[in-house]
Amino acid sequence: MADPEIKSYAPHHESQSPAVTESRTARTVLMIVTFAFLGIFLLLPLIIVFKEAFAKGIEAYTQALSEPDTRSAIRLTLLVAAISVPLNVTFGISAAWAIAKFEFKGKAFLTTLIDLPFSVSPVISGLVYVLLFGAQGLLGAWLKAHGIVILFAVPGIVLATVFVTFPFVARELIPLMQEQGNGDEEAALSLGANGWQAFWYVTLPNVKWGLLYGVLLCNARAMGEFGAVSVVSGHIRGLTNTMPLHVEILYNEYNAAAAFAVASLLAGLALVTLVLKTLLEMRYGAEIAATRGH
Amino acid sequence: MTTAPAKAGWRFRQPSVIPGFGLTLGFSLAYLTLIILIPLSGLIWRSAALGWTDFWAIVTDRRTINALEISFGTAFIAAAVNVVFGTIVAWVLVRYSFPGRRIADAMVDLPFALPTAVAGIALTTLYAPNGWIGSLLTPLGIKVAYTPLGIVIALVFIGLPFVVRTVQPIMEEIDKEVEEVAATLGANRFQIISRVLLPGLAPAIVTGFALAFARGVGEYGSVIFIAGNLPFKSEIAPLLIVIRLEEYNYAAATAIAAIMLALSFVMLLVINLVQTWSRKRYG
Repeated sequence: MADPEIKSYAPHHESQSPAVTESRTARTVLMIVTFAFLGIFLLLPLIIVFKEAFAKGIEAYTQALSEPDTRSAIRLTLLVAAISVPLNVTFGISAAWAIAKFEFKGKAFLTTLIDLPFSVSPVISGLVYVLLFGAQGLLGAWLKAHGIVILFAVPGIVLATVFVTFPFVARELIPLMQEQGNGDEEAALSLGANGWQAFWYVTLPNVKWGLLYGVLLCNARAMGEFGAVSVVSGHIRGLTNTMPLHVEILYNEYNAAAAFAVASLLAGLALVTLVLKTLLEMRYGAEIAATRGH
Repeated sequence: MTTAPAKAGWRFRQPSVIPGFGLTLGFSLAYLTLIILIPLSGLIWRSAALGWTDFWAIVTDRRTINALEISFGTAFIAAAVNVVFGTIVAWVLVRYSFPGRRIADAMVDLPFALPTAVAGIALTTLYAPNGWIGSLLTPLGIKVAYTPLGIVIALVFIGLPFVVRTVQPIMEEIDKEVEEVAATLGANRFQIISRVLLPGLAPAIVTGFALAFARGVGEYGSVIFIAGNLPFKSEIAPLLIVIRLEEYNYAAATAIAAIMLALSFVMLLVINLVQTWSRKRYG
């Protein structure tokens, strides 16, 4: 990011030859289009969330958030993220180690498979678990006989969340570790480190910002997932309702103020995610590699 | 990738002094198989078990076809809108300097970070007949909320970052000297943009379109609030899957999901081919 540089040359930029930039009018028009588009599509939705959340005053807001059902939805969302994010971090590190540090047959295919959940509709991500664990599912009868409950309970919600957030950490780490090569680890090994030490003291510090970046995106999606979780949760109030599902229930009950109060917490999470993400990109742009975007 | 040793025969992996290959690959494959591959093959197995006649009957059901048309049609329009505006936004962010550029740039990722249900109720509130935008459009006779147009709006929101984030890095790499050369050869700005810059950006734009389109086809959370969900009118395919599931009609849910997966796969394949072609042509 050469941002400061661009800024300091800004006046110069202005007087550049007309061949390399648009005319003043064209530039003004493009800027207006951009501001209008971003304003209408991004800023207004964000503003309306907080406006509606506080429409009935701060007291109604805090009251809506202290409802027992809301509390349990918040707890469940935190619990689900606390289980699924570490699982996908473990997978992401492991997959990145195998893919980035070694050359083997079928590597490209494996990398494609990791991205698969991104091209599957969230509803289908939930559906596959219903087909597997549901009453009419492949394992349904067996699970019932053994008294194991997965669907319409926390395990099902965790599984669906793990499915949709599956690629986030791996796809940040793989290109980053590939770019860094094996030199550092080979040096550590030749100096007598064992594999675990090489990973812990060499690789991990090298990729820590990229890892954090991946965790950030993974967590935002894990806490905000709606479609997949909606299919497997069964919508049992106070038991299997995550925050996004609770937003839907409140909204459909015409309790808009409460729905937006819960939504404002999720919007806050999104804003915090964006700020941290931007800070990471500004500070450690090189260390999280050119892997922005999804 | 790396240069293969000249004489060694077939080998699963190249030798390396780094340990942990078996452990990490083994764990990754086991996890991938358990979480993704087995559940997805379950879906394929279930739809294969339906038999061709049943499968065809469900897929050619009028309501199914309508839902698929709405999902793919609205996603296509939204992706096209995003190609135009996303490219403009990316251009402005890359080329112009103005106060708040960094914030505008960060804001582009909002649809990635904002939970879809939150986006859904926010957009619905804005575009409802008494909402901030809806109340401006109603006198003009334009209805957005609870119509297919509402679906397009939600999908434009969801798809925007896909186009911007795909096109932006390629724009950053453009060498300004190319534009200067074109200018010294007598091209005006319009010619430079249409003949020099856009062809180079075409593969990235197509990729951005494909990503936004694929995401839009499967999108659920942000759409169901604003769509109104009238069968044959504004009912999207993912919603129809949920409805069939709630009716315990596993067969229909499975068949619709399978056809959606297959169609998205075909679309992505076609777009991939177009991309390869445009890369060859404009390299």
